[in-house]
Amino acid sequence: MSVALVITFFVLLFPASAADSFDPNSLSPIANIFAPRSAPAQSVFEISMLVLWICVGIFVIVGGLLLYTIIRFRRRRGDDGREPPQVYGSNQIELAWTVIPLLIVFVLVLVTARTIGEVQNAVLPSDALRVTIVGHQWWWEIRYPSLGIVTANELHVPVSGPEKHMPTILKLESADVVHSFWVPQLAGKTDVIPNRNNTMWIEPWQSGTYLGQCAEYCGTQHARMLLRVVVHSQEEFARWVTGQRQPVVNDPHVHTGRDLFQSTACMNCHTIGETVASGTFGPDLSHLMSRATLAAGAAANTPENLRAWVRNPQQLKPGNLMPDMKLSEEELDQLVAYLLTLR
Amino acid sequence: MTHPRADALPATSADWTLPSRSRVGVICLICTEAALFTIFAVAYLFYLGKSVSGPQPRQILEIPVWSTVCLLSSSATIMKAERVLRRGFVSRFNLWWLLTLLLGAEFLRATASEWHRLIFTNNLTIGTSLFGTTFYSLVGFHATHVTVGVILLALVFVLSVRGYVTQGHTERVETLAWYWHFVDAVWIVVFTVVYVVGR
Amino acid sequence: MGVVDHSMPQSTPTEIRLPLLTQLHEWVVTVDHKCLGLMYICSGLVFFAVAGIEASIMRWQLAFPNNDAVSPEVFNRLFTMHGTTMVFLVGMPIILGLANYLIPLMIGARDLAFPRLNAFGFWLFFFSGLLLYFSYLGGEGLAGHGTAPDVGWFAYAPLTGRAFSRGSSTDYWTLSLLVGGIGSIATSVNIVTTVLCLRCKGMTLGRMPLFIWLLLVVAVMLLLAMPALTAAQIMLLLDRYLGAHFFDTQAGGSAVLWQHFFWIFGHPEVYVLMLPGFAAASEIIPVFSRKPIFGYPAMVGATVSIGFIAMGVWAHHMFTVGMTAMGNTFFAASTMLVAVPTGIKIFNWLGTMYGGKIRFATPMLFCTAFLFQFLVAGLTGVMLAVAPFDWQLSDSYFVVAHFHYVLIGGLLFTIFAAIYYWFPKATGRMLSETLGRWHFWLLVLGFNLTFGPQHISGILGMPRRIYTYDAGRGWELWNLLSSIGVVFQAAAIFFFVWNVVQSLRRGDSAGDDPWDAWTLEWSTTSPPPPYNFETLPEVRSRRPLWDLKHPEDPDWRHE
Repeated sequence: MSVALVITFFVLLFPASAADSFDPNSLSPIANIFAPRSAPAQSVFEISMLVLWICVGIFVIVGGLLLYTIIRFRRRRGDDGREPPQVYGSNQIELAWTVIPLLIVFVLVLVTARTIGEVQNAVLPSDALRVTIVGHQWWWEIRYPSLGIVTANELHVPVSGPEKHMPTILKLESADVVHSFWVPQLAGKTDVIPNRNNTMWIEPWQSGTYLGQCAEYCGTQHARMLLRVVVHSQEEFARWVTGQRQPVVNDPHVHTGRDLFQSTACMNCHTIGETVASGTFGPDLSHLMSRATLAAGAAANTPENLRAWVRNPQQLKPGNLMPDMKLSEEELDQLVAYLLTLR
Repeated sequence: MTHPRADALPATSADWTLPSRSRVGVICLICTEAALFTIFAVAYLFYLGKSVSGPQPRQILEIPVWSTVCLLSSSATIMKAERVLRRGFVSRFNLWWLLTLLLGAEFLRATASEWHRLIFTNNLTIGTSLFGTTFYSLVGFHATHVTVGVILLALVFVLSVRGYVTQGHTERVETLAWYWHFVDAVWIVVFTVVYVVGR
Repeated sequence: MGVVDHSMPQSTPTEIRLPLLTQLHEWVVTVDHKCLGLMYICSGLVFFAVAGIEASIMRWQLAFPNNDAVSPEVFNRLFTMHGTTMVFLVGMPIILGLANYLIPLMIGARDLAFPRLNAFGFWLFFFSGLLLYFSYLGGEGLAGHGTAPDVGWFAYAPLTGRAFSRGSSTDYWTLSLLVGGIGSIATSVNIVTTVLCLRCKGMTLGRMPLFIWLLLVVAVMLLLAMPALTAAQIMLLLDRYLGAHFFDTQAGGSAVLWQHFFWIFGHPEVYVLMLPGFAAASEIIPVFSRKPIFGYPAMVGATVSIGFIAMGVWAHHMFTVGMTAMGNTFFAASTMLVAVPTGIKIFNWLGTMYGGKIRFATPMLFCTAFLFQFLVAGLTGVMLAVAPFDWQLSDSYFVVAHFHYVLIGGLLFTIFAAIYYWFPKATGRMLSETLGRWHFWLLVLGFNLTFGPQHISGILGMPRRIYTYDAGRGWELWNLLSSIGVVFQAAAIFFFVWNVVQSLRRGDSAGDDPWDAWTLEWSTTSPPPPYNFETLPEVRSRRPLWDLKHPEDPDWRHE
């Protein structure tokens, strides 16, 4: 089994990467830590390979010796029953197999220290994009303070290139318990802890959509607290920002739905820009339809799923904190029609 | 396969002495309790200055001179009690032991009085702030150990007064005395952390 | 000063047939280390079956994407109970049980230093187990969701606070482990005192079996590390019931402080769990290789080093918490450092086998698999020690794979080796070699099939503690393989139970020394009499029975 594992490691080193294009919807569904697409993930990947190969080497040598020993020195049939020579130890051999591992450890510590410094103490340009991520039970609030944008569950960032470094700095906060922000292809994970300011950065060099999810058990729906990071070209990102900063669509055809939203408890938890709805317990819905999924990846964002979600959130994501509003079918139709206009 | 008798081995070691069980046992207990107190002390130091509201240590803590004097001198009296028991003077032992017990009880009374003032006059409870939480838990944890010690001291005193304690019990008394010395040593640490460093 | 204690413990002579109630009563009131040892081990094995069932249900749920075999609430309780049970109600009692049974026999004593404290420790553990499992039945839950704890076996704050864990489920976790922890501390005091004060004549510290050294270090580690958990749990109780703010982040409390305290306990704890496995291997490998342990002084040195260094590596569980670069580097370095004495032990075992005449009886089969599997475990541990690598691997299935390779591939395999090795001594009967082989090979297959693929799903980004996952993430195949492995592991355990039952009924008679071994427990009858030895032995070397069997070339000429 260990040999199969080693072979599989080889296989994982050459993964098929997602379609390389400017299409921000090209999804990279396999969040392979050995397929980095961003500077910190690349640093981690390089040291990981070094350590991996050293460990593989040690395994081959020691495992090989073990295998040799159990074959060569097994008791044979017809053995005369005499005890083998009683050897109590060997100072030279024991010294050697103490010194060599210590040297390996010494080298590893130096390399580790360097990589830690590369990632944690990286000097980032002062005009880097800054995003605040707030972890909630069980969704991600995403704020762009300098751009005045608030969204949920999907992080949109510009791609970075050799001519112009465009890292994104993420400030991590928690509204309740400990979460962990992990998008493997972009960076190692950093925990999101209440009453503690953690910061991390990503610098993706390839556009596309990358998956991740919460990596610290945070309660019932920890499993469905997914993350999507959409990496845009510069122009695409500018377009996305403009779209997010547009005033909220105010379509008169769906006024019944809007009135319903604002007269029931919906507005207590959700914010919809330029309306009285200003709750912050749940995600901001101003541009709900610009997002690819609902409920932090619990379902794709389609009209049918949206209807199912609003009708009974517990069905799609049991245990989550949105209550069943007990709407009639007609109210549901009106409300969903309204929500569908929020592009 | 032979069935040798292990006791057929030739005698080799003439003088085979090993430490006493009760001493090793109580040292183990002391080590583990020391680790326990260390964690509470670390929490206290970690949260120094981090309370978001409520009274500050400097404002309301007074150095507990009297209770410290009582507790530390009880270490001296218990040592004296041990010494006289070793020489066989049980009635003198009773006296010194009782003195130790009373000093320990007085420490507890003084602590209770301090807490009464802190709670009712200064409005500091365990739930008031981080200071309240760490103060009452560290000092309280120590006071609990003093209480247990006082109960054990009282038990031995009652047994002794009824004539059950003799010179031959010196080692057992010593075991309890070591626990008592440990409790005093912890007080020195708690005192330093709470009333010196913490103010 | 101290003299070897010749007092007789109270135990029933085994020749007289007593009424059942009296026999049961004897078990309840016993202070005999052998009885208590067996009680510890049997209780541990029962909890092992329970935790195994919990794991099987989890693997059933995870075999397919978007499965709905169990609800998320049930799943979260399952992984919490599985982890908590395996560490505290299986691992701890089995190793303390082995320690209990073997230490006096190996050092030539009649019992542990404090027999009544011993019984006290056992019953504390036993009741702590009952308390934890009572949580399924009693107490209050939120909206009828059930009551077993669902906060993970390391119960991170503030998820365990009143606000996020309503009802009593977290309190069952806290109180059960608090009580059990006191029992563990009591037994540790007992072990240290016994080893230091009750060795037979001539058995200097340098002549003790390695088993004793390892358990001595384990007991010292427990004495120093267990209080961290006890303290943290007291703090948690104060938070939950008296309004304290230790881990209340809204009042300025720190979630990270819980993590520090927990892992200051938690890391030494996993060494506490593993070292007794090393202890068994260090006794079994020499006997079945027909050579003394290679490099006894180095083994002792490595053991003590592990004990020391392991107290200073705890924050490698917290590399993702946002410590400074200095902090991360320090703990990465100390963690890699502790791998060195651990690796040295593997080399010494290898050196013991090299040049020997290895007899692959069942105990040795388990030890051999242990060597390979623990090698994998140790190497994945080195990978995790490299903090940047850990930033990707932490909290993923790679870590789950790593620690199961340590605890099953390492600890469980050596526990089975120990059971096959010492069962004849404890019962007077041999276990079947044939059934033992079935047990062994099925377990090797099942264990590696379950946990090998988990390295891969971790690398592909699968976090731990998730009750389900979407299709298309690349995780389906590995999860399916992992779940299939459970069938083989269950079959292996079935063969084990069958082996034990049939052996107790009509196993071959073992005699005093079925393995031609060299330490003192093999010099008395199987099972030993209540007083262990007719006369307390006297030793001149590390292998007193070798000296007796080979008077022409005794060990004390070479040590």
